[in-house]
Amino acid sequence: MKFKLVPIAALLAAALASPTALAQKKYDPGASDSEIKIGNTNPYSGPASAYGTIGKTIAAYFKMVNDQGGINGRKVNFVTYDDGYSPPKTVEMARKLVEQDQVLMLFQTLGTPPNTAIHKYMNTKKVPQSFVATGATKWNDPRNFPWTIGWQPNYQTEGRIYAAYILKNKPNAKIGILYQNDDYGKDYVKGMHDGLGDKAKTMIVKEVSYEVADPTVDSQIVQLQASGADVFFNVTTPKFAAQAIRKAYDIGWKPMHFLNNVSVSLATVLKPAGLEKSVGLISTAYLKDPTDKEWTNDPAIKKWEAFMKKYYPEGSLLDPSNVYAYTVASTLHEVLKQSGDNLTRDNVMKQAANLKGFAVDTLIPGIKMNTDQGDYAPIESVQLMKFSGTQWERFGAVMGK
Amino acid sequence: MSRRQLIVLAAVLALACVLPFLVSNYRTFQFNLVIIYAIALLGLNILTGYNGQISLGHGAFYAMGAYCTAILMDKFGVPYWATLPVAGAVCLLFGFLFGLPALRLEGLYLALATFALGVSLPQLLKYHQLENWTGGVQGIVIAKPEAPAFFGSLGLRLNPDQWLYFFTLAVAIVMFVLAWNLLRGRVGRALVAIRDQHVAAEAMGINSAMVKSLTFGVSAMYTGIAGSLGAIAVQFVAPDSFNIFLSIVFLVGIVVGGLASISGAIYGALFIQFVPNVADEISKAAPWAIFGVFLIGFVYLMPMGVAGALRMAVARLGRKRQNT
Amino acid sequence: MDAFFHQVIAGLATGGIYASLALALVMIYQATHLINFAQGEMAMFATYIAWTLVEAGMPYWAAFFLTVAFAFVFGVVIERIVIRPVENAPVLAVVVVFIALLVILNSVTGWIYTYTIKTFPSPFPAEPIFGKYLTSHQGGAIAVTLVVLLLLFAFFRYTPLGLAMRAAAQNPESSRLVGIRVGWMLALGWGLASAIGAVAGVMVAPIVYLDPNMMGGVLLYAFAAALVGGVDSPGGAVFGGFLVGVLENVLGAFVIGNELKLAVALVLIIGVLVVRPSGFFGKVLVTRV
Repeated sequence: MKFKLVPIAALLAAALASPTALAQKKYDPGASDSEIKIGNTNPYSGPASAYGTIGKTIAAYFKMVNDQGGINGRKVNFVTYDDGYSPPKTVEMARKLVEQDQVLMLFQTLGTPPNTAIHKYMNTKKVPQSFVATGATKWNDPRNFPWTIGWQPNYQTEGRIYAAYILKNKPNAKIGILYQNDDYGKDYVKGMHDGLGDKAKTMIVKEVSYEVADPTVDSQIVQLQASGADVFFNVTTPKFAAQAIRKAYDIGWKPMHFLNNVSVSLATVLKPAGLEKSVGLISTAYLKDPTDKEWTNDPAIKKWEAFMKKYYPEGSLLDPSNVYAYTVASTLHEVLKQSGDNLTRDNVMKQAANLKGFAVDTLIPGIKMNTDQGDYAPIESVQLMKFSGTQWERFGAVMGK
Repeated sequence: MSRRQLIVLAAVLALACVLPFLVSNYRTFQFNLVIIYAIALLGLNILTGYNGQISLGHGAFYAMGAYCTAILMDKFGVPYWATLPVAGAVCLLFGFLFGLPALRLEGLYLALATFALGVSLPQLLKYHQLENWTGGVQGIVIAKPEAPAFFGSLGLRLNPDQWLYFFTLAVAIVMFVLAWNLLRGRVGRALVAIRDQHVAAEAMGINSAMVKSLTFGVSAMYTGIAGSLGAIAVQFVAPDSFNIFLSIVFLVGIVVGGLASISGAIYGALFIQFVPNVADEISKAAPWAIFGVFLIGFVYLMPMGVAGALRMAVARLGRKRQNT
Repeated sequence: MDAFFHQVIAGLATGGIYASLALALVMIYQATHLINFAQGEMAMFATYIAWTLVEAGMPYWAAFFLTVAFAFVFGVVIERIVIRPVENAPVLAVVVVFIALLVILNSVTGWIYTYTIKTFPSPFPAEPIFGKYLTSHQGGAIAVTLVVLLLLFAFFRYTPLGLAMRAAAQNPESSRLVGIRVGWMLALGWGLASAIGAVAGVMVAPIVYLDPNMMGGVLLYAFAAALVGGVDSPGGAVFGGFLVGVLENVLGAFVIGNELKLAVALVLIIGVLVVRPSGFFGKVLVTRV
């Protein structure tokens, strides 16, 4: 009999330890016995519409979840609106979601300026602005903004990781930086500056920027080469990253080349640039790239592919944004599961800040999400990698927490 | 104004006043934006509709007004209402100065000059030398004004959205009345004369260059004040809010609403506020495609804009009544 | 000095991009006296057609000429179906139709082909021609632009159809009297402009990569280029393209930094236009009172 008592005791202990298991069902607007309503804004039109695929993948993900019976028996109703990456429109749409559609929470609202525009509003309204789709550092500020939480590794941390690598492996480097002239680009540059510390002034020999509307970055690459830099920190989005890699190679500039994580996709950046021109690139990873042969037969990627084919057939199997969206949607899935029957905004936020070693199988092995009341940055670790000419080869330990 | 027009106007005003008490706060906010866009479109219409000068860069003046307000509120603690006249004055002056040389340029070249302004301003806002003022790429977050206590003591409790709506409405009424006065009198006739027959206008003693530059200034002032109100309503300014598409959307607004028509500004504002939302509801896959189809549809059915179509409909009705 | 030289060459290469689209803008302007905002998106759309054909296994040049032919028909059809019904509307209403076309083409292309960038093949050899300065594709693209310019010149100068088109644009009433079908001349102008745009798109895509927003930035510069050269002069448009390309590179690299290079380049251009209001090569417009 003894051994039979153990599970019962464990059950009892678990029940006592987690009040949710015994608690009555509790709901805030947007949650009920049958439904959880989640709000989102994405740029489906306008200059940033390339990111619109993220919203579409998330919608497809929750369709799959609903087909499989929902979360704790509740269907997810994912309501997403187009904001065209325009902050005033985001404000309007966030208000529509919160005040008219009465969603439980916002999820994956995209872009730093749009999220900044609704930051204060969401926190005054006490509605979660969860797992925002931007890598700025300001989303990890639970003391002042307890209702906003980030998700991806932030840009500054990544910049600091490259800085540490340079200090260790090439202490006399002359660094040239190309960055997109917006919050995203400047965050990376700041990370690099912070990481280099006092040496930033002497080591960084040239910083050049480009605008999203620029047709090419050829002129900037020529400027960087002329500056005599022997390390190139390439902070660009996919199209410009491909141009920059190709141009640097074509003009015979062979620096130690750091490419930001935003543009590490094999199929949409390195192939267009030319694989032979990409040899030696150094970057970081936290997500599996479906087009890197290391992962093409990975069970998680296979599962993702099957999901894409069934629920979002018009989506691209090459686009890493679609893996990203799948992974972040899995995170929300977990948080809602953890929330159990206590679907109040307060509890959802508490659970979002209570991820303990949570891993989605589309993340690089060893990368886990950890959050607590004082730490609103779910993914804080990445791994360095180098491009061999056919695939990315990860090296060193998983860095960060 | 005919008696019928007065009745319509009174009805519209009455509706505008009770609206915030009938709809949700979110809708109130949307209508607040409509009024703001209407002021901006009125400004552009004075320039393009009445005076025949095409501007592809009025978003820049909207941005300028917005940043004036944001900087004054954020850096100097100026109360929101006091920033409006400053924003208006800055835009008036800048518009006038911009107008002086630009007006040597006819038609398309003026379009290029204004286009350049619309393209350059967001870049200027990001420029690192100005970052201490503009907040650079991060923009500026500002506080939302509360209804003055005065209304509470009268027993009229207004929430911030309602208050802001009435504040904007009051400003809009003033601006519309001023525009109406301006355009129906000597100045208005001079503007139209320059648009249609500029040589004849000069022969009649109109200082064409001066009038054109001043029109540019006044037009910029209207749009700037709208931008200022927009910043207060949205509580945030950033370069991304004011890209060249904003200028193009304004142009779309005045054409759809009706060129050279004061009421056209309101129809145009309703269009640019609500039609993109409708398009988004219809298709997530390609919302812009739907929006484009709406645009073409409007131009086909109402080439003179909504205001022009209404005018014709009223005229036709009147004729019918006479015939019977 | 080497850096300066390099920037100038790079500027000529990007200038060639602007010039090719500016040529298409000038074409439409000559036929209709309007600037077509949708020109860039029409070119982008045609380039996707070419991409589809090449991906389907068609030889490059076959795909190229088929695409140009398609673009020509596409331009004519757009004129007949979309523009013709509003020909009597105010000018600005037509401009709004252009904007509508722009957003529709952009959105539909993104929907069909997704937004991930695609590589587009180049017909020119992979080895660089001017050492490290210019890839052979960039050089080839400039040559193609100049060839198109020459063909246009010859077409308008020496062929009856070209002369008829010019006549129809300059004086529709008299042209009608001598038996020119003015309506069809307009449609042909659209077709030609669209075809030139397709050539531009196919030449640009290998340099900037193919994506639905490929032409958004280029259009800004092409617009400036066309106006600098005088919007009614094809040669001027090409010159304007090169000027804008070199100017922005040199200013960005050596004078004011990259952040404001477009702004300053535009201001300079406007400064010039204030002094010479009809552009460098445009005819001074004489209006009859």
